[in-house]
Amino acid sequence: MALTLNEVEHIADLARLELTAEEKERFREQLSTILGHFASLQQPDTSDVPPTATVLPLRNIMRKDEVRPSLSPEDALANAPDASGGCFRVRAILE
Amino acid sequence: MKLHELTIHEAHRLLLRGETSSAELTQAVLDRILAVDNQVKAYLCLMPEAALDDAQKADEAIAGARGAGRLHELHPLIGIPLAIKDVICLQGVPTTCGSYILENFVPPFEATVIEKLRAAQAVLLGKTNTDEFAMGSSTENSAYFTTRNPWDLTRVPGGSSGGSAASVAAGECLGALGSDTGGSVRQPASLCGLVGIKPTYGRVSRYGLVAFASSLDQIGALGKDVTDAALLLGAIAGYDWRDSTSVNVAVPDYRASLRPEGSSSPFGSDLLQGLRVGVPQEYFVEGMQPEVEQAVQAAVEQLAALGAEIIELSLPHTEYALPVYYLIAPAEASANLARYDGVKYGYRVPDAVDLDDAYRRTRQFGFGAEVKRRIMLGTYALSAGYYDAYYLRAQRVRTLIKRDFDEAFEQVDVIAAPTAPTTAFRIGEKVEDPLQMYLSDIFTLSVNLAGICGLSIPCGFDEAGLPIGLQIMGPAFGEEVVLRAAYAYEQATDWHTRRPEL
Repeated sequence: MALTLNEVEHIADLARLELTAEEKERFREQLSTILGHFASLQQPDTSDVPPTATVLPLRNIMRKDEVRPSLSPEDALANAPDASGGCFRVRAILE
Repeated sequence: MKLHELTIHEAHRLLLRGETSSAELTQAVLDRILAVDNQVKAYLCLMPEAALDDAQKADEAIAGARGAGRLHELHPLIGIPLAIKDVICLQGVPTTCGSYILENFVPPFEATVIEKLRAAQAVLLGKTNTDEFAMGSSTENSAYFTTRNPWDLTRVPGGSSGGSAASVAAGECLGALGSDTGGSVRQPASLCGLVGIKPTYGRVSRYGLVAFASSLDQIGALGKDVTDAALLLGAIAGYDWRDSTSVNVAVPDYRASLRPEGSSSPFGSDLLQGLRVGVPQEYFVEGMQPEVEQAVQAAVEQLAALGAEIIELSLPHTEYALPVYYLIAPAEASANLARYDGVKYGYRVPDAVDLDDAYRRTRQFGFGAEVKRRIMLGTYALSAGYYDAYYLRAQRVRTLIKRDFDEAFEQVDVIAAPTAPTTAFRIGEKVEDPLQMYLSDIFTLSVNLAGICGLSIPCGFDEAGLPIGLQIMGPAFGEEVVLRAAYAYEQATDWHTRRPEL
């Protein structure tokens, strides 16, 4: 299972992760080795086996729609790298 | 005995008798930190003033209870100095997760387990080092520094809760909280000669635990002996409406469960009469350290000598635990860590040209190599064209692993195995080879995948004087039987009484 540089770049793009040329090559090698080691996963017969996403019996957790104490706008914004007028502030996303 | 060497239950007794105070105990532990933490490097953040303040309030509460004749009503953790892994939020205290991307993050709220410890009037000393976002087995993936093993400072303490484990082993706290997604409480407990418990998924609220892999994460506890682990677990367990994956099952008195009812002597030779202990053949593999195998086999014989029935069994899908875990955990991590985008909290690159550039380079500079590797691995496993072959297939094989345990627990009450294939390895030994690092978790991963509980307890030392851990696994919500088996073993051995020299 050898990954190509193109695949590494595609994955990094999906993950919104900038990588240096050196990182791309290192991850290409390491991920290829790791995925190669995981090839055994294709062995067991899973045709009639349902997937497990959580070990708990799936159920919806409902609660009454009541007002409860929550973070103040000041507290919610206190960790923001940039905030203005009670909002998180980011670079323009439209030209 | 020096105060910092006490177990929690010993210290509690002295506090009730008035033979020490929480202030004295806390000061002794802070002095110990001052003396040894420059070598051990367990703590990322210390709160000495707040801790002494907590201690004084605890002393006032103890004095009040003494005056009212209500000492017996005090919580066993009152006035006890504890350490918290830096992936658990304390309101107003920096929580970095061992990552640069959260270097300046100060949580505006308290984790549920912290609320519970505060209600118990425990003393909180500080935040301990961890592999970045709990991804690792040695603390070498911390963005800040590597914690040292108190038994040998050239070796790792294990991970990811290595700071918590090292702090307990070095006497820099009396007990600690960690988190365990694939072994991150049990493996460092094993490598540092401690008792570490990973509770059943849903036993302890994850509210305020920074998410790594949400279907696997669970907060656990580390202590010097089984009683301390039981006391810590009892304090943090329970249903919480703020974590919809916490389960509404009553919290038993874990300390009371250590001794079977009707047994007058804790040292009786038939303490484990009727207990069925499974020993899975798949957990004794080629390549594991021979001394580990011998110590674990000897521990199994000890359990038999205590009256347990030993049953050899097979968990046939064990060999798939590593690939299943290292696809599911990174897949969940890649989704959970999408939140670190430099908008709401954490680091942001100062010179981005647009929002997309800000996302990409914030994450490039904010995350370390292992976190990036897992984000890449997880994103790949979830991406179009590979989802079925990797992520979905891993989830199906996870079902097979869980069924192995379901069937095993029809025959046995607990399962005994090694916690880790080797004792503590040298700092730097595995950093360049991620797969070798992943293999150090090979015996602990299945417990998280199956959502059951597991504990590590000291069961010997290798020739280099490094501790070896016995893992005892139990069914979902089987913490009482796991603790009872461990306690009986502990009473028959003295491994847990040894302390590293620093």
